[in-house]
Amino acid sequence: MKKIFMALTAAFMLHTASAKSVFANEGRKAGAIADPAEGWSRLFHEVLVDVTIMGVIFAAITIYYMLKYKRKSPDQVGSCKKLSAAQMWGWALIPAFVFMADDFFLAANTWSLWNIYRKPPAGSYEIEVRAEMWSWNFIYPGGAAAVNELRVPAGKPIALRMTSSDVVHSLYLSDFKVKEDCMPGRVTYYWFYPKVPGEHVLTCTEYCGAMHSGMYGKVIVMPQEEFDNWLKKETKA
Amino acid sequence: MSAHVKSGFKEWIFTTDHKRIGILYLVGSITAFCLSGIMAVLIRLELWSLGPTITDDPTTYNVWLYMHGAVMILGFQIPALTGWFANYLAPLQIGAKDVAFPRLNAFSLWLFWAGVVLALLTFVVPDPPDVMWTGYPPYSVVTSGNTALYSFTVLVMGFSSIAGGINLIATIIFMRAPGMAWGKLNMFIWTVLAAFTIQLIFVPVLGSAVTMVLFDKYLGATFFNPGMGGDVLIYQNLFWFYSHPAVYVILLPGIGMIFEIVATFSRNRIFNFKVAVYGGVGVLVLITGEVWVHHLYTSGLADWLRVFQMVTTLMISVPVGILMISLVGTLRGGAIDYKTPMLYGVGFIFVFLVGGLTGIPLAMASLDLAVHDTHFVVAHFHFVMAVSMTFAIMGGTYYLFPKMSGRMYSETLGRTGFWLFLIGVFVTFGTMFFVGLDGMPRRYYDYQMFPQLENLHKVQTIGTMIIGLAVITILISWIHGLVAGEKAPSNPWGSRSLEWDTTSPPGPGNFGGRSIVVPDDWDPYCYDKPGRTL
Repeated sequence: MKKIFMALTAAFMLHTASAKSVFANEGRKAGAIADPAEGWSRLFHEVLVDVTIMGVIFAAITIYYMLKYKRKSPDQVGSCKKLSAAQMWGWALIPAFVFMADDFFLAANTWSLWNIYRKPPAGSYEIEVRAEMWSWNFIYPGGAAAVNELRVPAGKPIALRMTSSDVVHSLYLSDFKVKEDCMPGRVTYYWFYPKVPGEHVLTCTEYCGAMHSGMYGKVIVMPQEEFDNWLKKETKA
Repeated sequence: MSAHVKSGFKEWIFTTDHKRIGILYLVGSITAFCLSGIMAVLIRLELWSLGPTITDDPTTYNVWLYMHGAVMILGFQIPALTGWFANYLAPLQIGAKDVAFPRLNAFSLWLFWAGVVLALLTFVVPDPPDVMWTGYPPYSVVTSGNTALYSFTVLVMGFSSIAGGINLIATIIFMRAPGMAWGKLNMFIWTVLAAFTIQLIFVPVLGSAVTMVLFDKYLGATFFNPGMGGDVLIYQNLFWFYSHPAVYVILLPGIGMIFEIVATFSRNRIFNFKVAVYGGVGVLVLITGEVWVHHLYTSGLADWLRVFQMVTTLMISVPVGILMISLVGTLRGGAIDYKTPMLYGVGFIFVFLVGGLTGIPLAMASLDLAVHDTHFVVAHFHFVMAVSMTFAIMGGTYYLFPKMSGRMYSETLGRTGFWLFLIGVFVTFGTMFFVGLDGMPRRYYDYQMFPQLENLHKVQTIGTMIIGLAVITILISWIHGLVAGEKAPSNPWGSRSLEWDTTSPPGPGNFGGRSIVVPDDWDPYCYDKPGRTL
């Protein structure tokens, strides 16, 4: 058991030490914009490896014990060993420190990514979002408006300022790995970074009544020029 | 029950005996489980295909969701663990003749039944509540659904829980048999004490939150109306300030029951018992009130608060990890017999492992921004709480079955039920993780925007049917055991714990007139010395 535990600890330490900074800042040119969605995918992959190692080790030990210590005769009893004081403290403190080390490692990486998520880059294109039962209203600078279709230019960070005119909604862009609630009486925000033209799903992820699941639409990422033309047309209208 | 006690209808209704009250809690909570289980089947059938499948009214579907969530938690898990297990087992394990306040106990039982009846009214009232079990305003205030029914169900169940909590805490502190020192208590007793402590501190917060909703909707108050100076986020904070601790109210007695099962069927001492009690159960109680913001990572709270509670949330891994190490360590050097309760015991370890580890990405605020309120979360909390605790309830009920009924259940039926349950769970909720990662939000009546997920949804619906089959098998095994089971000996599992040191079922006063005096070298997990009768 001691050996197994040492192996577990070693696997953790090695894993933690070998994992360099996993978020988006690494290897990026100075001045370039970090994409939160990319950072998300990298960190999620990292955590997936982390929890899989933990889970496999834990499950393997459990299965090993389950098979090894099957009862062989009806009168057989367990070994009922008592731990010495040193073993007791060891089995309390060492796992606690290993878990905490992993927690702080994950928390530090999450915090770095969090700072990217929560700080829209300078020069972001700002769009106002007003949610209502059961549609999304997008209002562009200059007054153009759209319903359920969020058209954005490719290659530009987009910042959304969001509020709601009735109940709580939540604007979820699953492909851009981000969401935040839209509430009456409060303004929330986030930003995302659409790089290539294409269409993505947007949904509502806070329960808002009968048509909650009908409150969906599209993010349409357009080439800058096309977007400018569309915006000009809509603004005039 | 015993031959010298009448067991007519009247004797059951007016009973103040903790064992009968426990059994009535069991009947009530299993009724609630079956009802909200049927809701789950309806929900999954609706999601079988794109577009309307079995109902074309989304509100009907939302009422099913409300029933499933609210009744599973308030009507099944909390009463089964803190009503049925705690009432039945705690006095027996501490060598008491009954609880401290038997009539208060009967009162909390009937309040619970009143709560079940209120929940059932959902099927009768013209505009049933459709506010989910969370009841977030402003929706719960503006909806035409009957939010009052929701508030009153929560309040009645809450009162029942507080009365039960005072009772069991007083019982454990003052009713222990002479010589039953704190250091000699069972793991289950510690977890019950911890769960009820949490319940007493936090239930009033939930009570105040749902009462404020009631005031807003029916009496014109404006707690949550920003147009009149209110704030919608107050409710979410209050609600989760209770409802995260509520997870531990459910989790702790369940894990305590799993410890009892694993120790008994391994015939082994609980590994590192003191550390599991202080570092596991104790630290969970201390940490439980400082993590609720992880339910609100996407609610626009201050960034520092979200980051701070991310750290506290990740720290939950420390006490839970210590408990899991103790659980697996108990298997080591044991003499394991895989009877039905033990299958649930070890099955719990794997289900809880999947649930616990998938909680780590959810605890990390940045990752949560993408998966919050998707099916990934639904899968996570079904593994970590819903299913793992249902395993504890099923396993514990099989474990206590001979004691409470005086009869044995059929092992074949019991094992069949377990394997169906396990397979069904992994098919349903294992698949649900992938659906969630693909962006499917929860509480959706339809998923037109994700047509590619239809096949995965079909797999989940099939998994739910397997779970349904498992539950039917389990119920049949219980009824079969009650009607045709062999007579149970007083200690069928060869346990050393005090609750088996009496007849099956125990008569009034629990120990057949004996006054239990606990010797100095008593240990409920002492298998290396011959067993004895106190």
